[in-house]
Amino acid sequence: MTEISLRSAERPWVGFLRRLRIFNFTGRSLVILAPALWLTIFFLIPLAVVFKISLSEAAIARPPYLPLLTVDPDGTVQLTLHLNNYLFLLSDSLYINSYLNSIKIALISTVIALLIAYPMAYAIARAPEKWRNILLMLVILPFWSSFLLRVYAWIGFLKGNGVINNVLMYLGIIHEPLVMLQTDFAVYVGIVYTYLPFMILPLYTTLVKLDQSLLEASADLGSRPWQTFLSVTLPLSMPGVIAGSLLVFIPSLGEYVIPALLGGPDTLMIGRVLWDEFFSNRDWPVASAVAIAMLLVVVVPIMFLQKAQSAVVEAK
Amino acid sequence: MAKKPQLAVDTRPWRDPSAKPFVRIRNVTKKFGDVAAVNDVSLDIFKSELFCLLGGSGSGKSTLLRTLAGFEAPTAGTIEIDGQDMTGVPPYRRPVNMMFQHYALFPHMTVEQNVAYGLKRDNLQRDEIAARVAELLQLVKLEDYGKRKPDQLSGGQRQRVALARSLAKRPKLLLLDEPLGALDKKLREETQFELVKIQETLGVTFIVVTHDQEEAMTLATRIGVMNQGEIAMIGEPHDIYEFPNSRFVASFIGSANMYEGIVTEDEPDHVRIRSAELGCDIHVGHGADCAPGQILWWAIRPEKLVISRDKPLDPGPDGANLLRGVVEDIAYLGDMSVFQVRLESGKYMRVTRTNARRGDPDAITWDEKVWITWADTAGSVLVS
Repeated sequence: MTEISLRSAERPWVGFLRRLRIFNFTGRSLVILAPALWLTIFFLIPLAVVFKISLSEAAIARPPYLPLLTVDPDGTVQLTLHLNNYLFLLSDSLYINSYLNSIKIALISTVIALLIAYPMAYAIARAPEKWRNILLMLVILPFWSSFLLRVYAWIGFLKGNGVINNVLMYLGIIHEPLVMLQTDFAVYVGIVYTYLPFMILPLYTTLVKLDQSLLEASADLGSRPWQTFLSVTLPLSMPGVIAGSLLVFIPSLGEYVIPALLGGPDTLMIGRVLWDEFFSNRDWPVASAVAIAMLLVVVVPIMFLQKAQSAVVEAK
Repeated sequence: MAKKPQLAVDTRPWRDPSAKPFVRIRNVTKKFGDVAAVNDVSLDIFKSELFCLLGGSGSGKSTLLRTLAGFEAPTAGTIEIDGQDMTGVPPYRRPVNMMFQHYALFPHMTVEQNVAYGLKRDNLQRDEIAARVAELLQLVKLEDYGKRKPDQLSGGQRQRVALARSLAKRPKLLLLDEPLGALDKKLREETQFELVKIQETLGVTFIVVTHDQEEAMTLATRIGVMNQGEIAMIGEPHDIYEFPNSRFVASFIGSANMYEGIVTEDEPDHVRIRSAELGCDIHVGHGADCAPGQILWWAIRPEKLVISRDKPLDPGPDGANLLRGVVEDIAYLGDMSVFQVRLESGKYMRVTRTNARRGDPDAITWDEKVWITWADTAGSVLVS
């Protein structure tokens, strides 16, 4: 007993930790120190920088904006916050339209992905156990090649003399090539294709845990298969539906590459507007304001859905 | 707690050859791959019976129950319920409800919603459903728990919700898969009693699957003992215990001493068996279905044996039914003691004796030489 306390007293950091404990800081806090540092350095600080730029004024300079703090010759320090970047977003319908269009495209893509992913996840979850890992592997397999490459591959499929048109013409189903590339349709195809695994995986994890005897109990009590699905399977897989929807909705909202490569000139998405503002117009402050506004647009539905999800989880 | 024996034949329809069974299982076989989980089972169950399917794990009892509910389609054979052929009828159209082994309560619904689930499928009026749910919750004594979710209930309460839910649609036949399996011993005994009471009140036919022979003996009007997918024996609890038809049933139900022997005398009024294993001849005081020279088995329950320090006065004829042995072990169970006696043949015999005298100072003790005898109708002659 005494030996142990002696030895712990020898440790040099013990006294230091005891002093830290006064500030409610214990060894346990060290565990979250690494992720907290990571988020601070690579997320919060850059975000603060972006926010700062969004409040400044564009200039032909390097960097292409004016500092917020200026020191006058008479020594007074002046802080100038240009809120007009945000007001500009509201005044020009381009921005509002592209926000709304982004939300529309992201929402429709999420619903389509859900409709495709649910049966797939269900089939995998109900497959014989030896097959499940192989099927999941196939779902994840596309990630092994570059995302950009896969989107380019879709151009080859969708273009005027691409694979799909050639096959349909060869079979005599159509006589003129369909215009698919550079339309909203191509954007939906690209987004759904790219983010489908993110929908399948959370759905699979909830569906595979679903107790078979619940479905049997429902059938036993007189429910037809579709009634069982609506009243038992679907409510119990809601956490997976919400998680999957978030994982598809959020990245597709800010998607840049897919609309740029597959979409037409009239496919307005906020990611493209941001790119143009930043690289073509070199208007960093407005680009930053667009980014901050987008963050708000994304954060609100996330908070809403997460609240719904935790409610579902608690209700279980 | 089993149903009170009533003398009128019509309360025991299985004794009446002209009675029409309510559930008729004919040559049902269920194969999973090459393995037959249920093998050519034929069984008649009558209205208002509480029938127990008793068997160890893998005996096919649950599979048979699931074919009745419609979750498994038999590979061969037919099932009739209330005169209707059930072949191809999906579970949701059968006049049958099931209480699942782990209750299978819907976790996202309250107790009331769980109980009302089946009623909603029948398109009943809302107030009708509410009245029925209240009635059922009262039946299982859970009136105050209607708004709770299943995970806020204890095991016993969940069991009762499951029972209420399975009774909600007034099924003609209720299937119960290990209904008391998840409860502790004390609660199980209480619930057995309630289950029988509810069954008697409602007059529903129950088929209960269990691996617990005590539970089967307590609940059942009749028991079907299953072994490796086949019905080993069907009978009233008393028949199953006292008159087992095979070595399997004799050793599966209760405990039995079993010895191999050869028939030396086969008369209409008695049978004599010579058993080298036992070390004496066995005189059986009634006729048996066997032939001289046939090798068969003889089984006797420990409580049917009489153990004594002094030589008994009236053993069987010509030195039959009398053994000597040494007490090798004693287990004192309170109400009785179990003696493990080593016979002169080297085999062992289990003998139980009621501790009728309080703190008996003259009780038989370790390493004592004892005599064992039994009545000539106490054992069973088993040919298989």
